[in-house]
Amino acid sequence: MADLLGKNFTPPDIHGKVTGRAKYAEDFRMDGMLFCRLLQSPMPHCRVLGIDSSAALAMDGVVAILTADEVPEQPGPANNILTNEPHFVGEPILAVAAITETIAQNAIEAIELDLEPLPFCVDPLESLQPGGPNARTDGNTVVERDGVQERKWTEADFAAAAEGELPMGEPGTEWSYGDIDAGFAEASIILDETFVTAGTSHHSMEPRTAMAYWQNGKCYLHASTQSQSFVHPGIAEYIGVEPENLVYIAEYCGGGFGSKGGAYPLLSIPAHMSRKTQRPVLMRISRAEEYFLGSARPGFQGRIKMGFRDDGRITAVDVYIVQENGPNRGGGDMNSAASAISIVYTPLNMRYRGISILTNTPPRGPQRGPGQNQMATAVEPLLDKAARQLGLDQVAIRHINAPTHDSLYGSSRGPITSAYLREALEQGAELFGWEERRLRSGQRDGSKVRGVGVGQAFHSAGSSGFDGLVRITPDGKLHIHSGVGNLGTYSYASTSRVAAEVLDCRWETCEIVHGDSSRGLPWTLGQFGSNTSFTMTRTNFAAATDAVRKLKEIAARRLGGSASDYDIGNETVFARGNPGRRLTYAQAAQAAIEIGGEFSGHEPPEDIDSLTRRAVAGLAGTGLIGVARDNLVQSGAVPALAAGFVEIELDLETGGIEILDYLGVVDCGTVLHPQSLSTQIKGGAVMGFGMAVSERHIYDRHWGLPGAVGFHQAKPPSYLDVPSEMDWHAVDQPDPNNPVGSKGIGEPTMGCAGAALLCAISDALGGHYFNRTPVVADMIINVVSERAQSHRPLQVNTQ
Amino acid sequence: MDSSGAPGTTVTLLTTPSNWSRRDLIKGVIASGVSVSAMSYFAAGCTTPLPAQTGGVDRLLSLTVNGQVRRVDVLPGETLAMTLRYKLGLTGTKLGCDRAECGACTVLIDDVNHYACSTLTHRVRDREITTVEGLESPDGILHPVQQAFIDELGPQCGFCTSGQVMSAVALLRVNPNPTRQEAREAMSGNLCRCGAYDHYLNGVMRAAREA
Repeated sequence: MADLLGKNFTPPDIHGKVTGRAKYAEDFRMDGMLFCRLLQSPMPHCRVLGIDSSAALAMDGVVAILTADEVPEQPGPANNILTNEPHFVGEPILAVAAITETIAQNAIEAIELDLEPLPFCVDPLESLQPGGPNARTDGNTVVERDGVQERKWTEADFAAAAEGELPMGEPGTEWSYGDIDAGFAEASIILDETFVTAGTSHHSMEPRTAMAYWQNGKCYLHASTQSQSFVHPGIAEYIGVEPENLVYIAEYCGGGFGSKGGAYPLLSIPAHMSRKTQRPVLMRISRAEEYFLGSARPGFQGRIKMGFRDDGRITAVDVYIVQENGPNRGGGDMNSAASAISIVYTPLNMRYRGISILTNTPPRGPQRGPGQNQMATAVEPLLDKAARQLGLDQVAIRHINAPTHDSLYGSSRGPITSAYLREALEQGAELFGWEERRLRSGQRDGSKVRGVGVGQAFHSAGSSGFDGLVRITPDGKLHIHSGVGNLGTYSYASTSRVAAEVLDCRWETCEIVHGDSSRGLPWTLGQFGSNTSFTMTRTNFAAATDAVRKLKEIAARRLGGSASDYDIGNETVFARGNPGRRLTYAQAAQAAIEIGGEFSGHEPPEDIDSLTRRAVAGLAGTGLIGVARDNLVQSGAVPALAAGFVEIELDLETGGIEILDYLGVVDCGTVLHPQSLSTQIKGGAVMGFGMAVSERHIYDRHWGLPGAVGFHQAKPPSYLDVPSEMDWHAVDQPDPNNPVGSKGIGEPTMGCAGAALLCAISDALGGHYFNRTPVVADMIINVVSERAQSHRPLQVNTQ
Repeated sequence: MDSSGAPGTTVTLLTTPSNWSRRDLIKGVIASGVSVSAMSYFAAGCTTPLPAQTGGVDRLLSLTVNGQVRRVDVLPGETLAMTLRYKLGLTGTKLGCDRAECGACTVLIDDVNHYACSTLTHRVRDREITTVEGLESPDGILHPVQQAFIDELGPQCGFCTSGQVMSAVALLRVNPNPTRQEAREAMSGNLCRCGAYDHYLNGVMRAAREA
């Protein structure tokens, strides 16, 4: 075998990143290119009654103005391309194209808008009050199939909650299993806690710039997305063009973290403007605009009741989540959060209730571990509270509740493919020296006090049923066509190596074809949901297996005998027992072209997607085509599980936290690429630390205006906020549903670290639980000095 | 609304500027006031400076970038990042925030790292500017920092990488053997949302060892 898996290698796209040659969307230029700027809503909710653009259009250098009436209307409550009823500050109303960006911006300033302010809301609980404001004129929640509806709770619902407790009126969704009353009756202790997790920006370093032009009826678009093939149909629809008439180029993506996983409407604006002006159009998005248009994680106002036996086993969980959803369809975070509880803690009985409430804040979407990571930061510190009351170790209380291979997942109580969280906890505790470090818990050194913490997180990390495509050309090269996208995790490359492994090709003879839809890319899932390592190893395995079959059949046709007489090795197909009777891959590729039919790609299989079919049609006759849908068995949800261990020093005088050490341990199946796995574990931890102690959206209640529209305000971690060295480890046990044993892992690496840090802070403070993220320095100071917090318990979007 | 720094010209990149005669250039200047600034880009390398534009500001200037003198037409308020990216075709310098928060645009000015998004081009006319494109040797050998970043798998999405490379190069020029803590502090003006700090620091330390 080629022996590629589990080994480090240099991904082909990294050279461009260190030399500056890598071209992102803003790095392309076209002759006669116009610059486009957006006029964005200054209000959280309003109606555009009139637009006077006469002065702008009269300006030298202004070429065109594009309004909402000229672009496809999106079926509400979807994210709009342009709109005459903005639902958040920063929502684009119109676009101006000019020969320079300065002129375009000056033209924006010269446009007179007549706006009618409409009621708005930035706090879900306020919207749920009788007579409370709705984020949309037709309601405050989205009900599946029925669209936007109005939901209000009663005075009695609010009165039933004690001060600081989440009221729990009629939910929008609910499920349960077992008997929670019986579960609580069986419990030795019961915790009933209200919590808040903040909405946070994605902070992709590359703003979502896009450039488009048209040639011969085809739209060429350079934009920033995590995914390649997966976004293609959606982008084509936003532009209003047949998918085959869209050439989509996204070879590099400067960070997405979920916000660029699917097609998003903004990137179609330059395409519409280019169609109107008949010139190429570049639209740059500023950093401040990213805070409105760059998506955000939904915040939670929640309440969780947990029952524990003496040994720490969780007998029952009753959880209620109110999700701050932004103004549109938003995300399914609250449902994912509940499902995460079901598998990370395997409660014997459980009920979940949730309601997603619309707010006039940035549209929400998935952010690394959507739902699961909010839940990790809310629930993990409560496990420690229970452990403290029961006299148990923090690792032990997690271990007894951790899933095994036969645990069931979510509301459907479906099976999972594998779970090694117990092993992750055991191996992590050993490697971290948990027992010794625990002894340092609470130790004082002047104003500084030590704390230790352990955290866990989960994400469903794998899918199936997508297509793989490989091609061997008469020069003997293996081309692995990858449609997954290039988020920056290098998993597009590590999963491609499975095809090389199956075909026993040296890596040097392989080329990964990706980043440009005109190069023949198959239909695959996008690069999100921690799924690439599971999903794409399967598609590449399927395509390479198809290529192996074809190699053997070609050999039989050319050299006699039957296909089963042949084997492959060293980039040749040879007769078993007579290795001299052989074809090189180069010869076999030439033969495939000559034989035609399925071998050359002229007769693709029936069950592949139309996008893959088009890709194969474009490649047909250029070599031996291996193409197949992944029809391998998937028998359950694919758990990516992670545990994080933290030791901190907390300064009681400043509220400052120094993270002394971090260890992340993961269950990601068999390790494909150790180096990129380590970057996911550590990089995820950095994001988790930000979520735990610094990042949040801020909204002014009175005017609905945002207060965190810069890095220095929204506070993603810098070098100085995280340890300069971090450790990692993988359990490295194969998943039975993957041909090479692999599962994804990108998302829980964040949640486990954020949770561990919050647990360490509580530990350092002798068991004070904030029930809130982020825990910022002044909150710590308030606790130490026994002052009340400046926020109310359920307040959202606070400093 | 924040108006990100704006380019002063229509950008038309000509792949074969040598085909442009001086006559063509002057014709272009006469034909359109707007195209003047774009045309001046194509004049890069001319030995004779073009006449200054009217308006009292000498817009045509010589910039020393990566060891080459480049003639370029620069608006009074233009930032170095915009000049590099939109006039000189050096798109390795990235714009992540355009307001001195993130460091993706970091370049060297006389060996010191600066945010190009917050540096006015007119203020660096007599200085040596180095961008990420200027580190590789002509025979394709990477700078030790670039090679170390590959070896340590420093970049993830790669958008902040140019700036990280330049800050690391600047550090090693004044402190060839930094401690990890010194490196951490020296690099702290460069944000990385992928959180690759640990790997970048490994890269800095490896570059110091292997340089």
